[in-house]
Amino acid sequence: MKLTLHVWRQKNAQDRGRMFRYEVPGVNEHMSFLEMLDVLNERLIEKGEDPIAFDHDCREGICGMCGMMINGKAHGGFKGTTVCQLHMRHFKDGDELYLEPWRAAAFPVIKDLAVNRSSFDRIIAAGGFISVPTGSAPDGNAIPVRKLDADLAMDAAACIGCGACVAACPNSAAALFVGAKISHLAHLPQGQPERDRRALAMIRQMNREGFANCSNIGECEAACPKEIKLEVIAQSNADYIKAAFTERPETAIGGAG
Amino acid sequence: MELTSNAPAGPIEKSWETHKFGLKLVNPANKRKHKIIVVGSGLAGGAAAASLGELGYNVHCFCFQDSPRRAHSIAAQGGINAAKNYHNDGDSVYRLFYDTVKGGDFRSREANVYRLAQVSVNIIDQCVAQGVPFAREYGGLLDNRSFGGAQVSRTFYARGQTGQQLLLGAYQALERQIGLGAVKMYPRTEMLDVIVSDGKARGIVTRSLTDGKVDVHFGDAVVLATGGYGNVYYLSTNAKGCNATAIWRAYKRGALLANPCYTQIHPTCIPVAGDYQSKLTLMSESLRNDGRIWVPQQPGDKRNPASIPEGERDYYLERRYPSFGNLVPRDIASRAAKAECDAGHGVGPTGLGVYLDFSDAIKRLGKHKIAERYGNLFEMYDRITGENPYEVPMRIYPAIHYTMGGLWVDYNLMSTIPGLFVLGEANFSDHGANRLGASALMQGLADGYFIIPYTIGNYLANTKSETYSEDAPAAKDAVANVTAITQKLLNANGKRTVDSYHRELGKIVWEYCGMARNAAGLKKAIGMIDELREDFWKNVRVLGANEEFNQSLEKAGRVADFFELGELMCLDALNRNESCGGHFREEYQTPEGEALRDDANFSYVAAWGFQGQGRPPSLTKEPLAFNYVKPSQRSYK
Ligand SMILES: Cc1cc2nc3c(=O)[nH]c(=O)nc-3n(C[C@H](O)[C@H](O)[C@H](O)COP(=O)(O)OP(=O)(O)OC[C@H]3O[C@@H](n4cnc5c(N)ncnc54)[C@H](O)[C@@H]3O)c2cc1C
Ligand code: SF4
Ligand code: FES
Repeated sequence: MKLTLHVWRQKNAQDRGRMFRYEVPGVNEHMSFLEMLDVLNERLIEKGEDPIAFDHDCREGICGMCGMMINGKAHGGFKGTTVCQLHMRHFKDGDELYLEPWRAAAFPVIKDLAVNRSSFDRIIAAGGFISVPTGSAPDGNAIPVRKLDADLAMDAAACIGCGACVAACPNSAAALFVGAKISHLAHLPQGQPERDRRALAMIRQMNREGFANCSNIGECEAACPKEIKLEVIAQSNADYIKAAFTERPETAIGGAG
Repeated sequence: MELTSNAPAGPIEKSWETHKFGLKLVNPANKRKHKIIVVGSGLAGGAAAASLGELGYNVHCFCFQDSPRRAHSIAAQGGINAAKNYHNDGDSVYRLFYDTVKGGDFRSREANVYRLAQVSVNIIDQCVAQGVPFAREYGGLLDNRSFGGAQVSRTFYARGQTGQQLLLGAYQALERQIGLGAVKMYPRTEMLDVIVSDGKARGIVTRSLTDGKVDVHFGDAVVLATGGYGNVYYLSTNAKGCNATAIWRAYKRGALLANPCYTQIHPTCIPVAGDYQSKLTLMSESLRNDGRIWVPQQPGDKRNPASIPEGERDYYLERRYPSFGNLVPRDIASRAAKAECDAGHGVGPTGLGVYLDFSDAIKRLGKHKIAERYGNLFEMYDRITGENPYEVPMRIYPAIHYTMGGLWVDYNLMSTIPGLFVLGEANFSDHGANRLGASALMQGLADGYFIIPYTIGNYLANTKSETYSEDAPAAKDAVANVTAITQKLLNANGKRTVDSYHRELGKIVWEYCGMARNAAGLKKAIGMIDELREDFWKNVRVLGANEEFNQSLEKAGRVADFFELGELMCLDALNRNESCGGHFREEYQTPEGEALRDDANFSYVAAWGFQGQGRPPSLTKEPLAFNYVKPSQRSYK
C-alpha cells in the first residue's frame, strides 16, 4: 500500500518546527508502524535527507520509550496498543496520516517526534517507592497478600510511563500516570506505612512540574496502551485528600542516646 | 597473564560467608568521599546504584534511554528463580546450584553459581518488600511456575511482565536515592570509553545523546552493567538499543572478554516475516508449561493445523525427551526445532516454524486459567501475527536471545582491569555455555543488590583515591579516541545506511555462528566480516553532525563495535573444538545428535585479550574444576 505522511519536523528544542509531507509507497501490511518509519528513514538517508527522529527501544510495548500522535490520537488510538506494536494491517492504501510528538509543557520536544519526559522520573523520585534498604526485608511469605489485592496492584503497576495519558488530555494532566503508581503501592500491605507521604509528595511534585489539574474528562483512559483505569485517579485523589487533612509536622527530633 | 578467580577454597556452602568476612569495609564516614560510576540502570546497574547510594557512596549512574526505567530488563516476561522451596517439592539451594551448573553444560565456575543460588532467596524477599506484585495464590502466598531444565517449581512471576515489575522495583529504589541526592542520574548519555590510569579504571568518557557533548567523569571505581550483545545478530529479541559498545571499549582498554561464542538461542520466538523486520519477539518459555510443541509427521504437510489428526502429529520433544518433554533446556529445544525444519517438517509460510499448541491445556484448565497465566503474551502474539492463539496454535521458531559470554570477572565481579567491575548480562559468570530460563533476572539482581555492595567496598578500602584533572593524559587520550571515532563515521560520507550494514553483518553471524557452527563456515565468516567492515568504514553514510540528537550516529558507533565483536565470536567458536550448551559445533555430536563436550581439552573459560587493531587477540585460559557436580553427558531423556 501507499501512504502519505505529514510529519512534525523540529531540529531541536529551540527550533519552531513545522509539518513536512512524505509519500511512502510499498508499505507491507505485516510491518509494524515503526518499521514503516524505518523504511522511510532508509529512503531519506539514501536521498541525503535527515531521517525522522523518534524514540523507541523494546518494540514490544513494554519499555514505554515510543509514542507519538497519529491523526491526533496517542499511539494511533488502537485499544491497548503502543505505536511500536501497531501493525500496518490497520491502515489502507491511500491513507493520509499526521504524525506529531506528545504536546505538553512538561514534555519539551528534543527533536521531531522525540520529547523529554524526565518530569515523570522526578515525580517517582519524590515519593513513588517503598523505602526498603537492600537486605532488610522479611521473608517473602511473611505477609500474605490477598490475591485480589495483588491482582489490582498488578493492574496499576502495568503502567509503562509512556506519557500518552498526558498527550491525550486536553489539560495535559498526569493524573493517570501518578494515580497508577499510587494505586499500585496502596493495594499492597508493604505500601501502607508511606501511603500518605507518597500521595502528598507525588501530587505536589506533579504540580511543580507544570502538569495541569485533572477535570475528569477521561481521554487518558481511552489512550492508555496498558488500559490503566480511571479508578486509579479516584484512589489517588482520595489518598491525597485524606493525607492532606491528617498531615502533621514531623515530631520526635533526634533520638534516644 | 594468569587468571585467578579469587574464589575461596573450602566447603562451597561456606565460601561466600567466609569470603565476605575477609573483605575490608569502608568506614561509613568515608563512603561519601568515594565516587562510583555505574554504567547501566537495568536490573544489575539499577540495583547496584540504588544499593551503593543507600550505603552512602557518591554514585553517578548512566543510561542511554530517556529514563532508567526503560533498560532492556523491562522486557523479561517469564520469571525469576529462587530456591525458596515454598512448594515442598524438593527444591533447595543445592538443587538450584546443581541445575544451573548442569544446565550450563559444565562450563561455569562452581563457587559463583553456588553463591547465586544462595542469594536467590534474599532477592525474592527484597522485591516483595519493594512492592513487586508477584502472582499470589488464594491463600495470599506467592505462586510459582516451572521453567525449562528444572523438575521443581521455583519460578516467581508477575503475570507475563516479571522483568518489568522487578525493574520498576529497582528503578523506584534508585529514584528514591536520586531524590535524596545520593545518586546522580545521567539519562540519554552513552559511555564511549573507559579511562585507565596506572593500570586502574579511573573513569569514563561519555557523549550526551541530546547535544553530542563529550564529557569526562572520574571515579574511584567503574561498574559496567550494560547488558548483552545479542544485537550483533541484528535480528534478536533484544531491544533496539542494546549494544556491546561499553564492554567492547573496555576490552580495547585491556579487560579480557570471555567466551564470546556462548550465545543463547531461545526456542520460542515469533518467526521472521519479511526483510523489513527490525526485531524478533519472544514468546516466554513459561508457555512451555502448558503448550505442546509439534510438527506434522509428513514433511511439507500444508494442511491447516486443526485438520491434521492427532496420529499424524509428531510431538517431537515429548517423544525424544520423555522425562523433561516440552521443558527441556533452551539449547536442546532450539536445535530440535531446527532439525525438524531442516528435515522439511516446518510450518508456516517460510517453513521455518513449529507449532506451540494450547488446545489440550485449554480443554483441561479452561480458557480463563490460560488467559490468567499468559493473557498478555497471547494478545501480543495476536497483535503481531493477526492470529488468535486461543483458536489456532502459535507458530514459533528459535531466535537469539541472550549472551552468556561477556567481560571476564573474578569472584568479586572485578574484571582484569582493577577497579572495573562488571555485572549482569555484561559479564561472563554464572551461566556457562547455556543459561536456564528465569536465571538472568536472578543473576542481575544478585550481582547488583547482594554482591557488588560487599566486593566494591573491599577494593575501595584497599585503593588510594586520587584526584585527576581533565588534562590527565589518560583522560585526554580517551576523549581523543571518542572524538576520532565520531569524526571518522561522519566523514566517511559514503552511500550505504548503517542499518543495511548491520542487517548484513547479522545475517553472516546468524548463518555461521548461530544455532550450528563448523570450522569451514567460521573461517568463511571471519573473512566476510572483515571485508564488510572495511567497506563500512569507507562507504557508510551518517548524516548530520555530532552536536545534535543524531540517532544514525549512535547506531553507527555501535555497529562498528559489533563488527569487531562478531569476528571475535567466530574466532572463539573456531577455537572451541567441542560442542557445549549453546555452542554447537557440527563436527562434535553424539550419534543421537546431542552436543558432545570434550572435558579433557576444553574445560576452561576462554578469555581473549586485545592486542592492537588488526593483530590477533591473546587467549588466556581459566581452568574449571568441578568438585561438586560431576560433569556428565547432559541427559534430559
Ligand atoms: C525478551 C526477553 C525476555 C527475557 N525474559 C527473561 C526471563 O523471563 N527471565 C530471566 O531471568 N531473564 C530473561 N531475559 C534475560 C534478562 O532480561 C536479561 O539478561 C537481563 O535483564 C539483563 O539485565 P542487565 O541489567 O544486565 O542489562 P539491561 O537490562 O540490558 O541494562 C543495560 C543498561 O545499560 C545501559 N547501557 C548499555 N550500554 C550503555 C552505554 N554504552 N552507555 C550508557 N549506558 C549503557 C542501558 O541504558 C541499560 O540501562 C529476557 C531477555 C529478553 C530479551
Ligand atoms: S498511565 Fe497509561 S498512558 Fe499514562 S504513562 Fe502509564 S501506560 Fe502510558
Ligand atoms: S518501543 Fe518499547 S514500548 Fe514501544
